[in-house]
Amino acid sequence: MIEIEQSGALNTVQDLGRFNYRHMGVSVSGVMDPLALRAGNLLLGNEENAAAIEVQLFPFRVRFLQDTSIAVTGADCRATLDGNPLPPWWGCGVRAGQVLELRYPRSGARGYLCIAGGIDVPVVLDSRSTALRGAFGGHHGRALQRGDQLPLGATTGPALPQAGIGIEPPESALGTWFPRNNAGEIQLRAIPSGEYALFAEDAARFWQQSWQVSNQSNRTGYRLSGDPIFPSHTVEMRSYGLIPGIVQVPPAGEPIIQLSDANTAGGYPKIAGVIEQDLWRLGQILPGQSIQLVKSDAREAIAIEQEVTRWLTRLRLSCLPLRKAVGV
Amino acid sequence: MSPSDIKPASAPALACSSTITLSTIGARAWLVEAPGGFDLPSQRRVWSLARLLASGEDVESLIPGVTNLLVLFRQIPPDETAVRARLHAAWEQAQAIHPQGKLIEIPVDYGGEHAIDLDAVCRHTGFSAREVVRRHHQSQYTVFALGSAPGFGYLHGLDPQLATPRKKVPSLSMLKGTVTIGGAQAGVSALTGPNGWNAIGYAELEVFDPLADSPALMAPGDRIRFLPQRIEL
Repeated sequence: MIEIEQSGALNTVQDLGRFNYRHMGVSVSGVMDPLALRAGNLLLGNEENAAAIEVQLFPFRVRFLQDTSIAVTGADCRATLDGNPLPPWWGCGVRAGQVLELRYPRSGARGYLCIAGGIDVPVVLDSRSTALRGAFGGHHGRALQRGDQLPLGATTGPALPQAGIGIEPPESALGTWFPRNNAGEIQLRAIPSGEYALFAEDAARFWQQSWQVSNQSNRTGYRLSGDPIFPSHTVEMRSYGLIPGIVQVPPAGEPIIQLSDANTAGGYPKIAGVIEQDLWRLGQILPGQSIQLVKSDAREAIAIEQEVTRWLTRLRLSCLPLRKAVGV
Repeated sequence: MSPSDIKPASAPALACSSTITLSTIGARAWLVEAPGGFDLPSQRRVWSLARLLASGEDVESLIPGVTNLLVLFRQIPPDETAVRARLHAAWEQAQAIHPQGKLIEIPVDYGGEHAIDLDAVCRHTGFSAREVVRRHHQSQYTVFALGSAPGFGYLHGLDPQLATPRKKVPSLSMLKGTVTIGGAQAGVSALTGPNGWNAIGYAELEVFDPLADSPALMAPGDRIRFLPQRIEL
């Protein structure tokens, strides 16, 4: 069991998402940075889908009511355990009574607290993720509050050493596969989608200019500010299925990238779809930062997915013997 | 139309307008858009297509929309041509199915404090409020698809003369259960929140229960009747 001592609004329990009910209008939900969740869970010997706490408002403070192991991944949120700093992407054993604090990130937007056994909230519609808009799943269908006590799942493996072990963050480990442009902006790969041709000359500007992530951005979607783009004529679209990563262009001409909590259907013209392999990077971008969209295709998406899979496999293979060694 | 949209040679020759439009959303989601109008025959063939594709082990999810279907594959299909050929072939095979959906009767309070857009609908259609209400509850509706919010049904069957465009400025906090018109479609809002459809009444209705065996009240193919419980004009 753990107890929340301090939390901003909108910090929630999330797993990889709720994938089987989209035909009923149920959003995927799930973490905004699936790589951080999977890596944290691998370090702990958890299922990759085990539920964790996604922290996007700081400071966040939690007290452990039992001995357990934790991994803190995602944003570098200057974690401290009983006041002693922990490096980013770090796993370690913790004792009952210890307090972990996550503070406003040095870099990135969302930190993940993964715990051995996972956060054991009830599975609703095949997932432990919090569906904020539908108000179900997670911890009573809502964001975490001071005083909430969350149960932990059972663990079988050995605990992590108190001294801890680290993971090289994917941003550096996979750096060549996740590029930035000359201005240092994150490049997100996207594949032209249904109404791309409708944007005629403006389509080129979609790729060329940098887009600033606006303040009206959250887990539902990121709104992009920049020189607006318009279709050559207006079209009345029939509602179609949406998935995270889809880039729609509302009448004002500033694109919206739909993300974890996006609706399952919508009717705006769509210009492109960000490849899923790049969505974790978007989850670590703060409003005010700029990005560039880069034209991609399925072949490139496959290549990147294979690299990510290799990285996760290496992580799994290197964590196993380590955990065995310290468990003896 | 791009060359790859041309139907495979084995398929019977049909006019261009009768073939599907294919596009992608990201790398592993394909959107199949049915040719033709916003009508029941198109939607029935979409349901049939979904049924045919559901047996594919490489298909993760199928999300029916309004005369379209989003197909999510488990893995990124490496061969785009093969996917196109397969979806075209499945469409040719898809025959309109007539699911015997259940009949759901929804008592409605027309007008009153929640019908904030009834005047706008009257202005757009040229009908009196009484006539809008009469035409709305006399039609019989079919649930085309669920989406936008958990359990929200896109309803087909609105009297075409009641069709009213979505609002340019959405209501910020429309109450759950609000009875609405959005373009040529009808609906009952599933969650309290922003909504661009036109409100003409209110129904005490729970369209989704995540803990129930079948969480959504409506399913594609169900028929809906609105019963005027109170009319306050």
